[in-house]
Amino acid sequence: MVTRDATHLSGGLPADGGDSGSAVEPQFRQGRLGGAVAFLRNTWRQLTSMRTALVLLFLLALASLPGALLPQWSLNTSKTAQYILDHGSWGLLLNRLGFFEVFGSPWYAAIYLLLFTSLVGCLLPRTWDFVGQIRMKPVNTPRNLARLPHHASVRSVGSPDEVADRITTGLRGWRLEHRVESSGALTISAEKGFLREVGNLVFHFSLLGLLVAIAVGKLFGFEGSLIVNAGDGSSSGFCSVSPVVYDNFRPGLLVDGTDLRPFCVDIDSFKASYTAAGQASSFVSAIRYQAGAQLNTDTWSSTNLEVNDPLRIQGQRLYLLGHGYSPVFTVTYPGGKTQTGTAPFQPQDANFTSQGTVKFTDPPGYVGEQVRAHQLAIVGLFAPSALIHGGIMTSTFPAAETPGVAIQVYRGDLGMETGKAQSIFDIDTDQVANGKLLKLNRANLAPGESMKLDDGTKITFTGYKEWVSLQTSYDPAQGWALVFAVSLLVGLMSSLIIKRRRVWFRIGIADSGARTAEPAAEPARPEGDSRVSGVARTVANEDHVVVEVGGLARTDQAGYGDEFSKLVALIGASEPR
Amino acid sequence: MTVNDQLGNVSYLGFQAALAGYIAALVCFGIEFASSRGSIPTAAEAVSLQLRAASRGRTDVIDRKISAAGEDDSRIGQIVQPQRTARPPMGTLFGRAGLIVVTIGFGAQVFSIVTRGIAAGRAPWGNMYEFTSMICAAAVAGFLIVFYRTRSHSLGFFVMIPIVILMFVGGTKLYVQVESLVPALHSYWLLIHVLAVSLSTGVLMVAGVASVMYLLRSRYERRLLAEQAWAVEPGHQLVAADNADGEFAGQASGATTSRLASLPSLAALDRVAYRATIVAFPVYTFAVIAGAMWAEVAWGRYWGWDPKETCAFVSWVFYAAYLHARATAGWRGTRAAWISVLGFVSVLFNLFVINIVVSGLHSYAGLN
Repeated sequence: MVTRDATHLSGGLPADGGDSGSAVEPQFRQGRLGGAVAFLRNTWRQLTSMRTALVLLFLLALASLPGALLPQWSLNTSKTAQYILDHGSWGLLLNRLGFFEVFGSPWYAAIYLLLFTSLVGCLLPRTWDFVGQIRMKPVNTPRNLARLPHHASVRSVGSPDEVADRITTGLRGWRLEHRVESSGALTISAEKGFLREVGNLVFHFSLLGLLVAIAVGKLFGFEGSLIVNAGDGSSSGFCSVSPVVYDNFRPGLLVDGTDLRPFCVDIDSFKASYTAAGQASSFVSAIRYQAGAQLNTDTWSSTNLEVNDPLRIQGQRLYLLGHGYSPVFTVTYPGGKTQTGTAPFQPQDANFTSQGTVKFTDPPGYVGEQVRAHQLAIVGLFAPSALIHGGIMTSTFPAAETPGVAIQVYRGDLGMETGKAQSIFDIDTDQVANGKLLKLNRANLAPGESMKLDDGTKITFTGYKEWVSLQTSYDPAQGWALVFAVSLLVGLMSSLIIKRRRVWFRIGIADSGARTAEPAAEPARPEGDSRVSGVARTVANEDHVVVEVGGLARTDQAGYGDEFSKLVALIGASEPR
Repeated sequence: MTVNDQLGNVSYLGFQAALAGYIAALVCFGIEFASSRGSIPTAAEAVSLQLRAASRGRTDVIDRKISAAGEDDSRIGQIVQPQRTARPPMGTLFGRAGLIVVTIGFGAQVFSIVTRGIAAGRAPWGNMYEFTSMICAAAVAGFLIVFYRTRSHSLGFFVMIPIVILMFVGGTKLYVQVESLVPALHSYWLLIHVLAVSLSTGVLMVAGVASVMYLLRSRYERRLLAEQAWAVEPGHQLVAADNADGEFAGQASGATTSRLASLPSLAALDRVAYRATIVAFPVYTFAVIAGAMWAEVAWGRYWGWDPKETCAFVSWVFYAAYLHARATAGWRGTRAAWISVLGFVSVLFNLFVINIVVSGLHSYAGLN
């Protein structure tokens, strides 16, 4: 490499601050202004300095790490709770410090708010400077062009004006300024590559925009998820009219759920396909939906909901996120009355061995205290392809080929009215412990098979349904987030690829007496101009001009050398005769 | 989608051939590197050293051409005297051989990736094995380009170390037969997102290695400087007998005979790391954005601080810090190189630890 990077030189050359953000801080003299103002001003300068920004960037990375390494409340509540239990007082302390909710914690917010304040404090003056630079004419030609990292001296034929015209036409796209020096030499100053700084500013402003878009999404968006049995008539759908229709509703900070844009969905069917090895190959759910005016006319649209292909309705999105099985049981009470119940079971492994509980809380034919004495709970496992081995039922394939259940029946007070929250997949074991809930028979059943309880109640495993878990998401600002992400990328690329560079030409009449005057003048010149000095040794004529060229790349990028040679070639060096 | 197991086996043969080629290249480059012990410091090194002496504490570096003979135009060429032609030819031969086998290995790997894609009937980067293979291919391609531009042999040795390790782990622990993908991966975003991630990771690997070399080199130069300072102290006139004007008399000392003497100059290493980073960083940024767009389609939100997303963000912040540090006085050089290394460590951490150890939405990547 023949050339030097201007910004790598610690001083001397007229390089600008470049990417360094803030210049060296000038000494602030105390006394004239109050101490408080001085303190504030110094603090602001410290904050907006690049060094502080770098430290804050590191803090941001460091503070994010627990978010990746520790379980987070927002991602997995049960795992987080278990982690805290397992780690005793440490778990509690970390929880209090916000380590399980890193991205909502005050210290995380403090870091990124400081970082963005520092960014704004750095961006505003830079934008201002840049506006000034655009309005400024290219700077005067330096007196000694030989001191620039790129330099050449060329003799050429023609009058200075002709040569200047030649150069000017070649410098298309450059900002130009022609000047005449006091010595009579013509100079051309040119610069190019302003888009680098534009890209830089766009990149950083896009970061700000992205932060705002994310914040707006967190304020006005929501997510609601629920589990629905597919193809189950009226119960296999929902209407998103209020948060209560969802099993789990996560509102944005300013969302109270009163003005959801309503839409209704019916899940007609769900189909999962598997390879012979039991790997899933596709999940498709046929649904009907209505929204907007359709709600009043009761017309439905049909579509297929698939993984990776959400339904987009009026700015809201409906996702198919998961699936599983819901075994169906029919209970025939001693009086002959029957009741059918089902509940989604939670998949435990890749072959959908699922665990759950079907609760019969309202036995027919009983009133008053008797109702609570005769509630039933069927707790157990469902296996789509059941295999009983050593008394334990597991599933050998995810599709329902030979379904079976292994159940344990409880009767008594399920404790639904105690006010305690209950898992839909399990019973309240305290009720068993305090004797209000009796543990009865257990059995392994295939579809159609039934079992009898001590009081003559018959429980039949009648079949299964497939459930899907759905999620409605709404984020009013995600389009903006995408816009800012794209402008961020474009800005980043132009700020890394485009070079900011300057070139100066000084055109003077050749000194007819000088034959080999200048090659010896600069011993430390880059070797790139050795061929040029060969040209300079040709005999000078009256109509010859000497053009000195200096080039300076004001950015990190080396590689200006090639372009510089082309710029020198614009002059049209005289051929040796 | 049916898979072609036979073609998959052919593809794996290609992978093994590539691994063999890379191991051979590692050995060849290693021999070349080892044989550089005792060779004379290069011209670039002499300049680099001189500059450090002139500006202590800073690591600003420039490239400056020295006249080949290093005669009288300045004192900076003093320890140059015999040129690198003095290096034993055996090392050079091994270097050439290494370059040949690495090129053949690269060809075999491209063949392996293409046939794997045909065998599976999809983009050949759907699980950890395929992904690792892509990263290594991108890194080797990056190395070949850098080599074509800089002719730096020692980079070959250092780059091949992580590549061979990754290839070995990929071909043994992570290997799975050709298979179709789970529905979660049925998306054109797989093509875009994973391709961008693997290409940028491969190129960032070259950047990370160049930064490690930078750190080694700068430590070595610090030692060299210390010896120089020691040699010119008045108490050690015996050592510095005929170097009264402050020249370095290190010919016989340990530092100059170090293998590290054959590393490229600090400026060259810095440039390799920087260029590789500015190529890879926008691609990596694009990969993260594409990942967010995929997450919006697949998971119901474009960003949710899933462990993988968090770690990708951390890596992104490291590389952003690197680019800023390199343009900030007092942070250039060694500190910037450390940040670059940290960035690459976080990328690798994200690739392996997050996918395999930490459970998150990316955990399906082929191991369970």
